[in-house]
Amino acid sequence: MQSNSGRKKIESIIILALFIFLVISAIGVLWVKHLFAAAMFSGIFSFLSALLFVMLDAVDVAFTEAAVGAGVSTILVLGTIVLTTERAKEWKASDNLRPLLLVILTGAILIYGSLDMPEFGSISAPAQTHVGLTYLESTPKDIGIPNVVTAVLASYRGFDTLGETAVVFTAGVGVLMLLGGFIRTRSRRDRG
Amino acid sequence: MIQALVLKVITKLMVGFIILFALYVQFHGDYSPGGGFQAGVIFAAAFILYGMVMGLQNVERVLPPWLTHKLMALGVIIYTLVGIYSFFVGYNFLDYGALSPAHPEHGQHYGILLVEFGVGVTVAGVVISIYYAFVNRSKTSKEDE
Repeated sequence: MQSNSGRKKIESIIILALFIFLVISAIGVLWVKHLFAAAMFSGIFSFLSALLFVMLDAVDVAFTEAAVGAGVSTILVLGTIVLTTERAKEWKASDNLRPLLLVILTGAILIYGSLDMPEFGSISAPAQTHVGLTYLESTPKDIGIPNVVTAVLASYRGFDTLGETAVVFTAGVGVLMLLGGFIRTRSRRDRG
Repeated sequence: MIQALVLKVITKLMVGFIILFALYVQFHGDYSPGGGFQAGVIFAAAFILYGMVMGLQNVERVLPPWLTHKLMALGVIIYTLVGIYSFFVGYNFLDYGALSPAHPEHGQHYGILLVEFGVGVTVAGVVISIYYAFVNRSKTSKEDE
């Protein structure tokens, strides 16, 4: 029991430190004028949130955040910088007053909403009392794999995941049409 | 293309391991964290890294754009075919028990493996295609200037 509470304390210190770094990198994104540095800050932001997900035992989400958020999106942002411009537009501090008020208001509403949520890891949280328990109990005998996340994603909710895959496909086709990804390959094949 | 020798050597070393890790995340998803989506992105990241360091022409020789476009659709087709197969054998849509009627549990394993493979193929195809489109576009806009 003693070691468990000690571990909890260390965990909360690490989470707090990660959150502080998260805020610093978010301010960094806004602060720097050079967009390359801003892209790097947003990559750091993604990596820190991936670490936070690991601390919350959501390793699958951390995986995705590290690969998509920190890896691929940073590269796509860099690609956009190559296409557009390297420096942010100049702005006056007074222009930011209204957006700042809006952000503070939205943040206050979100924090107010979070007061209603059950405590982190609480046994009586809806996530623990509804279908979650059923999945945890029936996965070993229905499917027999240790990773319940995969079981829910691919088997119990297989139809949803089929829809998700179709969404990824459709989004990809849409982005390629916007970027002209299809046209260029055809012209290249004609040349070659 | 970057002329840095160290980057090129390290990239050549890394790409193999990144793809190996992607395959591990893909096919070991039943037992460890990860699955098709994560594996697809890691797989794509290996090719994007190679493309960034070695130049677009070289990576397009390995994985041409027309192939990544086909991969995008292929993944969804694999996923749907698993569902349609179970349909025709007399089970519900996407009921993986159909893949091994004697041992429904094994059928679940096969089904999850196939379906996750479909997800991985689509995600890898989409991410690599978008990367190609971005780089091609920045190249043509440079030529226009």
